[in-house]
Amino acid sequence: MTLGEPTQVQQEEPQPVGIEPSDSAAAAELVRTPMWRVRLRLFRRSFARNWALFRENKMGMFGLVLIGIFALMAIIHPILMSTVWDPKVYDPVTGYDAVLTEYEVVEEVTDPTTQIEVSEARIKLNPTIKVGDTVRIPAQPAPPTWTGENPHYLGTDPQGRDILSQLLYSTRAAFFLGAVAALTTVIIATTVGSVAAYFGGWIDGGLMRFADLILLMPLLPLLIVMSAAFDINMVMLGVLIGILNGFGGVAIVLKSQALSIKVKAYIDAAKVAGGGDWHVIFRHIVPNVLPLSFLYMMFGVTEAIAIEATLSFFGLLNVPMTWGVMINTAQANGYLLSGTQYWWLLFPAGLAVTFLAFAFFIVGRGMDEVINPRLRAR
Amino acid sequence: MIRFLARRLVQMALLFVVFLSIVWLLLQAMPGDISDTLVGNPDIPREVRFELRQRLGLDQPLHIQYITYITNFFRGEMGVSFSRYPADVSTVIWQHLPRTIVLFLTATVFAFWLGFKSGKLIAWGRGGRSEQAFILGGVFLQTVFYPWFAIVMMWVFGFYLGWFPISRFIDARLWQGSPYDANDLFEQMILSTLLVTVVYVVGRVLIKRFATTVTMEARLRQALVLVTVGGLILFWYLHPARTYVADIAHHTVLPVVTLGLVTFGATMLLTRSAMLETLGEDYILTARAKGLPDRVIRDRHAARNAMLPVTTSLVLSLAFVIGGGIVTESVFSWPGTGQLLLQAVMVSDIPLAAGILAVTGVLALVGHLVADVLYTVLDPRIRIT
Repeated sequence: MTLGEPTQVQQEEPQPVGIEPSDSAAAAELVRTPMWRVRLRLFRRSFARNWALFRENKMGMFGLVLIGIFALMAIIHPILMSTVWDPKVYDPVTGYDAVLTEYEVVEEVTDPTTQIEVSEARIKLNPTIKVGDTVRIPAQPAPPTWTGENPHYLGTDPQGRDILSQLLYSTRAAFFLGAVAALTTVIIATTVGSVAAYFGGWIDGGLMRFADLILLMPLLPLLIVMSAAFDINMVMLGVLIGILNGFGGVAIVLKSQALSIKVKAYIDAAKVAGGGDWHVIFRHIVPNVLPLSFLYMMFGVTEAIAIEATLSFFGLLNVPMTWGVMINTAQANGYLLSGTQYWWLLFPAGLAVTFLAFAFFIVGRGMDEVINPRLRAR
Repeated sequence: MIRFLARRLVQMALLFVVFLSIVWLLLQAMPGDISDTLVGNPDIPREVRFELRQRLGLDQPLHIQYITYITNFFRGEMGVSFSRYPADVSTVIWQHLPRTIVLFLTATVFAFWLGFKSGKLIAWGRGGRSEQAFILGGVFLQTVFYPWFAIVMMWVFGFYLGWFPISRFIDARLWQGSPYDANDLFEQMILSTLLVTVVYVVGRVLIKRFATTVTMEARLRQALVLVTVGGLILFWYLHPARTYVADIAHHTVLPVVTLGLVTFGATMLLTRSAMLETLGEDYILTARAKGLPDRVIRDRHAARNAMLPVTTSLVLSLAFVIGGGIVTESVFSWPGTGQLLLQAVMVSDIPLAAGILAVTGVLALVGHLVADVLYTVLDPRIRIT
């Protein structure tokens, strides 16, 4: 069996890129290196090449930086909670802080964030208050405070919870959802696409008709109706979005990619060497479809974040705190049209959803330019 | 062409039955049934509950229920709404559907028309500073958190600037004691607009056929736009219900623009990349070598071919517009099927929610079919085979 092994290693190679043994010593050296190391070296080389291409894309790099900032936000929250922030005050869901806000007592209120009507102040504090006094009343939502025992850098929400803490906590939730949705999408889409391309015939036809059907399915209305019937939590939502995405459009795109790989010579070589159907699919086709699927993973993350935020904006999901829930809270308490007056209720959460989705999207576009040379700048 | 369409129609019908089955499965997957909501009510004895189950056919075997559901749907029977008892689901949906379709159609047409034009132009002037700004804007519109965007739009244009009414479909104070029914008037508005559109399309075809020079064609086209749009405005200006119609139109602008803007971003980006791909083709080089003017190369050679992938994406963006329509309707309190769906879901009015889901499926299918027809019209290769 000592003779058999080296040839097998040579054939197992997924793509003999860049490895051309010039002399027999190097060839012998190559044969001795374990398979995983060869794979790693190939991966590193193609990664370095693609990275160099990707770095030319300024928007893509900007997106990567944005994702990095969000990742930092996600990491910093548990650290802050266990060190600086008192959970009783700063917990994103159950925290409460009676922030005392200074109000000027006036006859008629023109600016409700700094003024209070005299009759209201008398009811709330004591009946001796006169117009022109300054009073301190616990008020929610409170504007940002930078000093004091418990500073709220982005203010509090209508229930007295810290907005910054909610924002950071939700970042983690968004990443989690994105990861679940993207992983499910990639696993399903690469499998379906490769299987359909490899076997062809009725399997291909059936799977693709099914993909057409899923593509037609109005995703948001379907999820809204489902959320009425079932208690949907974060994991379920991620898996649902992943399944619907993976069986739908992404599978169709990956199938056409897999078709172009199926006709390559090394697939025939693998079959001649005695590789079974599933071995060829998972060892030779799937690894070559994966790079393209990563691209769709990025767009999938964008979509998942947007869908989750929209559903929890309507208050239909069983999730403790996300960006969508934050906006839902503002809306449910009647601050929908407060605009810039209570800016901390609507803008941090809305912008966070927008920017994270934006970041994943432009990274996806950058990757698209790496994979699809025709889109590159001249 | 006709065979292609016939085959597509059959496929669509089959797909729809599958879709309907999924809706039904969803209904079945829900724990319990309607009679269970009465369990806790002491005024309702057990016998009445069982009678109710019997009357609603809930005691029948599942396959019978399934067949009844599907056949009833095609007969236009979708059951009785729980929250709007005793109104039929189909009646309730029928009342709300025109507004959704108008929102959906106008936003899509507006977005695609504008998105295609601007995408074409920025791909043509590649490398400029404005290109980057347009791309950034397009990506922003595509990824912006839509409910939040709608809220901001409403706040800026409805509240801060006060140009448009903040929400709803009509101004209740104005309509108090009005001799007209808002729904009837709205339907008349739709009909007149459709009529004008047909006239416009026919006019365009005639102009293309009979115009002899390029400048003449352009002149005639401008005249056609003036006549059709001007005629429509004049007709409603002279109409006795002028103020009411203006009120409806005024309420329509902001939701349509908001929904259209978001779709616009996606279309623009897609047209741009499709244009860039076609601009690299050999026939563009040939056209340049022949010495054709830039405008002809851009519009007749490049954009015509770039239209194909954009039309394909129409199908994909349909789902987006349907989803976005729900958000728009809910934020702007626009009484269409999307808002109805949310209300139904909030109060667990399952028959109504399922009915709307099924109708939405029909909408998506029809949109799909229209995109297919457009594709065959645009792509001569499909027409011939």
